[in-house]
Amino acid sequence: MAENHEPPRRRRHPGGGRGRGRNRPRGRQVDPEALEQVRVLLGDRPRRRDLLIEFLHAIQDRYQVLSDSHLAALAEEMRLALAEVYEVATFYAHFDVDRNGSAPPADPTVRVCDGVVCEMMGSQGLLADLPRTLGHGARVLPAPCMGGCDRAPVARVGLRYVESANVDSVTALVRGGETEPAIPAYKACDAYVAEGGYTLLKECRDGTRSREDVVEQVTASGLQGLGGAGFPTGRKWQIVRGYPGPRLMTVNADEGEPGTFKDRYFMERDPHRFLEGVLIAAWAVEAETAYIYLRDEYAEVREILSRELPRLREAGMAAHVELHLRRGAGAYICGEESAMIESIEGKRGLPRHRPPYVAETGLFGRPTLVQNVETLYWIRDILEKGPEWYTAQGRNGGAGLHAWSVSGRVAHPGVKIAPAGITARELIDEHCGGMAPGHRFKGYLPGGASGGLLPASMADVPLKFGPLDDEGCFVGSHGVVVLSDRDDVKAVVRNLMRFFKHESCGQCTPCRVGTEKAVALMERPSWDEPLLGALGAAMADASICGLGQAAPNSVRCAYRYFREELS
Amino acid sequence: MSEPVRFMLDGREVEAAPGETLWQAAERHGTVLPHLCYDPQPGYRPDGNCRACMVEVEGERVLAASCIRRPAPGMKVHTDSERARSARRMVMELLVADQPARETAHDAGSRLWQWAERMDVSESRFPARAAPDADASHPAMRVALDACIHCNLCVRACREVQVNDVIGMAHRGAGAKIVFDFDDPMGDSTCVACGECVQACPTGALMPASLVDADGVDKREDLAEVPSVCPYCGVGCQIDYRVKDNAIVAVRGRTGPSNRGRLCVKGRFGFDYVTHPHRLTAPLIRREDAPKDAAADIDPANPYTHFRQASWEEALDAAAAGLRQVRDRDGGDALAAYGSAKGSNEEAYLVQKLVRTGFGTNNVDHCTRLCHASSVAALMEGIGSAAVTAPFTACEESDVVIVIGANPTENHPVAATYFKQAAKRGAELIVMDPRGQALRRHATRMLQFKPGADVALLNALLNVIIGEGLYDRDYVAAHTEGFEELKRHVAEFTPEAMAEVCGIDAGTLRAVARLYAGAGAAIIFWGMGISQHIHGTDNARCLIALALVTGQVGRPGTGLHPLRGQNNVQGASDAGLIPMFYPDYRSVEQEAVRRRFEEVWNTALDPQRGLTVMEIVDAVHAGWIKGMYIMGENPAMSDPDVRHAREALAGLEHLVVQEIFLTETAFHADVVLPASAWPEKDGTVTNSNRQVQMGRAALEPPAGVRQDWWIIQEIARRMGLDWSYSGPADVFAEMKQVMPSLDHITWERVERESSVTYPCPAPDEPGLDVVFGDGFPTASGRGKLVPVDIIPPDEQPDESFPMILSTGRQLEHWHTGAITRRASVLDELEPEAVANLSPGELRRLGVVAGDMVRVSTRRGVIDIKARADSAVPDGCVFIPFCFAEAAVNLLTNPALDPYGKIPEYKFCAARVEPL
Repeated sequence: MAENHEPPRRRRHPGGGRGRGRNRPRGRQVDPEALEQVRVLLGDRPRRRDLLIEFLHAIQDRYQVLSDSHLAALAEEMRLALAEVYEVATFYAHFDVDRNGSAPPADPTVRVCDGVVCEMMGSQGLLADLPRTLGHGARVLPAPCMGGCDRAPVARVGLRYVESANVDSVTALVRGGETEPAIPAYKACDAYVAEGGYTLLKECRDGTRSREDVVEQVTASGLQGLGGAGFPTGRKWQIVRGYPGPRLMTVNADEGEPGTFKDRYFMERDPHRFLEGVLIAAWAVEAETAYIYLRDEYAEVREILSRELPRLREAGMAAHVELHLRRGAGAYICGEESAMIESIEGKRGLPRHRPPYVAETGLFGRPTLVQNVETLYWIRDILEKGPEWYTAQGRNGGAGLHAWSVSGRVAHPGVKIAPAGITARELIDEHCGGMAPGHRFKGYLPGGASGGLLPASMADVPLKFGPLDDEGCFVGSHGVVVLSDRDDVKAVVRNLMRFFKHESCGQCTPCRVGTEKAVALMERPSWDEPLLGALGAAMADASICGLGQAAPNSVRCAYRYFREELS
Repeated sequence: MSEPVRFMLDGREVEAAPGETLWQAAERHGTVLPHLCYDPQPGYRPDGNCRACMVEVEGERVLAASCIRRPAPGMKVHTDSERARSARRMVMELLVADQPARETAHDAGSRLWQWAERMDVSESRFPARAAPDADASHPAMRVALDACIHCNLCVRACREVQVNDVIGMAHRGAGAKIVFDFDDPMGDSTCVACGECVQACPTGALMPASLVDADGVDKREDLAEVPSVCPYCGVGCQIDYRVKDNAIVAVRGRTGPSNRGRLCVKGRFGFDYVTHPHRLTAPLIRREDAPKDAAADIDPANPYTHFRQASWEEALDAAAAGLRQVRDRDGGDALAAYGSAKGSNEEAYLVQKLVRTGFGTNNVDHCTRLCHASSVAALMEGIGSAAVTAPFTACEESDVVIVIGANPTENHPVAATYFKQAAKRGAELIVMDPRGQALRRHATRMLQFKPGADVALLNALLNVIIGEGLYDRDYVAAHTEGFEELKRHVAEFTPEAMAEVCGIDAGTLRAVARLYAGAGAAIIFWGMGISQHIHGTDNARCLIALALVTGQVGRPGTGLHPLRGQNNVQGASDAGLIPMFYPDYRSVEQEAVRRRFEEVWNTALDPQRGLTVMEIVDAVHAGWIKGMYIMGENPAMSDPDVRHAREALAGLEHLVVQEIFLTETAFHADVVLPASAWPEKDGTVTNSNRQVQMGRAALEPPAGVRQDWWIIQEIARRMGLDWSYSGPADVFAEMKQVMPSLDHITWERVERESSVTYPCPAPDEPGLDVVFGDGFPTASGRGKLVPVDIIPPDEQPDESFPMILSTGRQLEHWHTGAITRRASVLDELEPEAVANLSPGELRRLGVVAGDMVRVSTRRGVIDIKARADSAVPDGCVFIPFCFAEAAVNLLTNPALDPYGKIPEYKFCAARVEPL
């Protein structure tokens, strides 16, 4: 019957006849081939939102870049919006998003640290020279502090760490294709257990020790959070325990404060002492799951933890808590605890507003204990030797032992286990063999990039949480960078502000626009003190998180203590 | 936070309402703090990122963002301290540094500039960043990120309010950038052009294209604003027309109960049809040398090939004379009329009254017959009321939301925002539809069942609920009848037996049944996928049974909600534009009812129910109906097997069409009466939620055009009726006399409140959103459970016609396209006819997306462009019915549902061939 129909006549229609209809639904469509590749890569892993960053790593590890077709396929597979995937992929510095299907960047990528210490030690020269030498054989990028300040300048060839880097050493590794991490000798599980490791954990889990006692002892020790904020650890455990479960724990191994490398130090040498701290803390607050958030720069540590965590599980040490290792992707801000939590949830690392505090509403909206690596490292000593032992370690009114990352112009930089309350002068003289030959002590950053800047004349102030407040400074993560008469305060301060500009998450105006405008003002030959001062005050007062609040510290200190160098 | 909080604000003790922020409390106490990223509109959570609203809290190290901070008892807050003021000023100075100068601003009256002015920050001491390029790729909106302050409002608008998920904030720090999808040009992105971002943007970085010049600079026009309601779908969004020189320049979403400020692309950008050159501005009378032809194809820009211009007097006389002649010669039953679901309640009432009292017949119907007639039949039978039991916003309190046979992101975009938000909040969103759709991404479960297998699927759910004892025994005992029979009947419809029939595995069927029955509150939404089948009434009966046996009705978060299509299909039906019912669904066949109406209308009435839309067409072919009056309907595009309908129209002795354009239906008219467009008239409309809302005239109609109520009245007078309404308010007053549903709802009240829900218990109380908490308006007071059997679709695919053709709408075009294809933005977004086919099907056919294909059925053939759409299952082709150049209703099957008399638009056998 239909066979008899007249062929249709194209009828008039009321439209304007402009343009042509789309051949497909609106916007980007998923390429079936890319979708299949993504599916294969993800295997049977659950398509949970919080795994987005892990999956982005998986794609980039396999295909070098994050192509638009893979990103669209990943969005489809995870049932996320295109924009949600794109904004996460472009937030983190280590993801290379390629929207146009152009050739992947030259391989390997060489990242040269342009952090404050590495810059003092000549990394700008490396950044200038390496591209010339390597040509198309590598992609050379500047990168923020990599936690190797005691061996500055440092670089990474692929995943291979290069300390005291120079053009020759980097070139040799590139040409030799040595891009995998070199794993340092570390104390593995068996060795750690052989010398009494995990006995304490067993005592906790078998009832020999009670949660109340353990929390009590940690509280009595006066141990403070060593990620930088110095919050009393025992009290934090009590607070978290006070909220109804289920509770979670996150371990902040996103060490990124310029001049700080002590967490890396511990994790590369004695990872199980730290892990035992994790397991005890999780037990103490009854956290169901603990996430170790490790900065992507620490490829060696990632390898070590990837090896050791399964052993822990096999040995039954972690029966009370599910352990996950999560990989950062190049964002200093994720060292801020709530930004880290956002990142673990698979999102951009934007710090959250407080209140509510993460102890109450943290990861996935649950009560969450957040602890830094070093804080957990000390737990075993404190519980085994007693809180009195720990408190007795201090000096000048400080209490406890800290790992000090000392770098810059000292004779022997490195991680120094020294008492809380030690002064910069004592640290330099007693632990670092004095100043480097030919250098005269001029000043120091007491707490990395954020903690401000002090002159040598103030080298006898006890370095501990509290006394530096009046100077507008803080010890934070205990990263002490020593400057000498050969260092240009203006350049140092500008380097720090550039760092904050690079690492600002961009969420709030004072930090996003403030760091950008501050750098622009500081790149002028003559600095506008009133404007920088007013800007700094607003940044300190009105930024959401510590990054923007602390960013102007060193500028303010420079005007206060090194005014003659700024004019 | 259920207690008020007392705290100190600038030295004064004040009280904050529960949950109130510092900003809100301060505002209520007379201090308005600057705010950029915070928009007090409903649906926008504070984000605290711009830092323009900082205040000092005693004892705190840093300042606090007042928009996001809540007061604590005894807190001492200073809004006016030097520290707080300088921080706020510095924030403004930082932002102004990067703005285009106010003289060349995209929106000189933006919130940013208003606050900059109030704070006296006109210039900045900071160097400006490099300005990003503008993006003019979208026909409706201009993106100029040089004015962007990264406040994130557009992201929240797109992601949290509309849940369209197109806009993101990419990169970070000073490099942070608003992006569409993967930083694509807006016009190439998945943007659905709802314009929410434009409405939210506080700087002019996102602007309606109509408000800026070619360089993106604010035209600075002085716009009058007229509040009204959108004329497109049944959601009933409230709008503000922004008017200049008798033209609508822009539209803004108003905070109405159904839309809360949200709009879709049609409601925001689809209004310039009003001034389209095709507008009819003079009455037309068919030329004597222009014989009627079912295949007529007249240029709407030049009707004079077939018509001549006439005066109103002549045209009205001719229109009425033709109708009178048929009536007086052949009796009233030889006449019929279609009213419009796009007109007002008052117009609908007048049309049905004209037909019943002037024509002397009940042959009056409208497009409800083509959309939810089957739902109405099932609802009237089951629960004694054809309206929804709860508004779509009720899903905010639901644990389980079922959307079946509906594609709300295209057809009810603003209602869909609530469904998506419910899923985001954690509710189970279960979508059941043979075709994939945008809602699939948000759904916790997507059941893509076999086309036409609705009853198999739904009976299997009933089987599980009853078989596993998951039904609500108390509710069933107290409020239903027919349970035992239903129980016996569905016993054989096990999920295992139905899995093969409906294409959904038994485990999923069981899981969904348990979820629905076990939910604290569950609600069902449905659309034309349920109703437009020969088993449409049966489909709806199953849904009603699901709700009744589980007691998922009558409580917050529960209910039955057929998503009504036209903006006023609810109101037109309520007003009696139905052949079997007087206003308020009173049967024309019940003598007592008829007596009452005869009394009020002061005339004898036809005791026989009238014919429905499709029956009218057949009656024309049979020679029984000879004259028709069609107001604002386009059956020459919307009827199934439309060639048959066009032949009927062309075969009429006398056809009067009242329209704003020369539609395909008007091609066959004897008299065409130029009508007023929605923005040119006052009147009430009733949306899907039973909300009676006020439409207000924003424009003067073009010279030569008359108000519809006036036209209807003039015809009525010429038919011998002594009508003397002075306007719609008069008509509404009369409607109240015969419509108890309008109790406590007066014209003045609707005018004052803009929206009143019926039923309404008192003049000073809001109407009831959720109804039937304690029984139903049926004879027994109980809900009736009606068991149904599987009836396969009328026309199954076979060797000659191996595919399944389904029809529906697309986002940009409304119904038959008469209006939207004349709206420039909508036309530019979807300019030509497309048939959606799966990529696999296209490969099988050897067709590349974008090629023309020939689609044929037993009724007709069209040539149409193929669009690759992976949402369409293999073996199916989906074609929107809005395209005159490839009218899919030439192909559709006119087989009818026996109860609702609705045609089976959703299923017929078709063949697709490459051209």
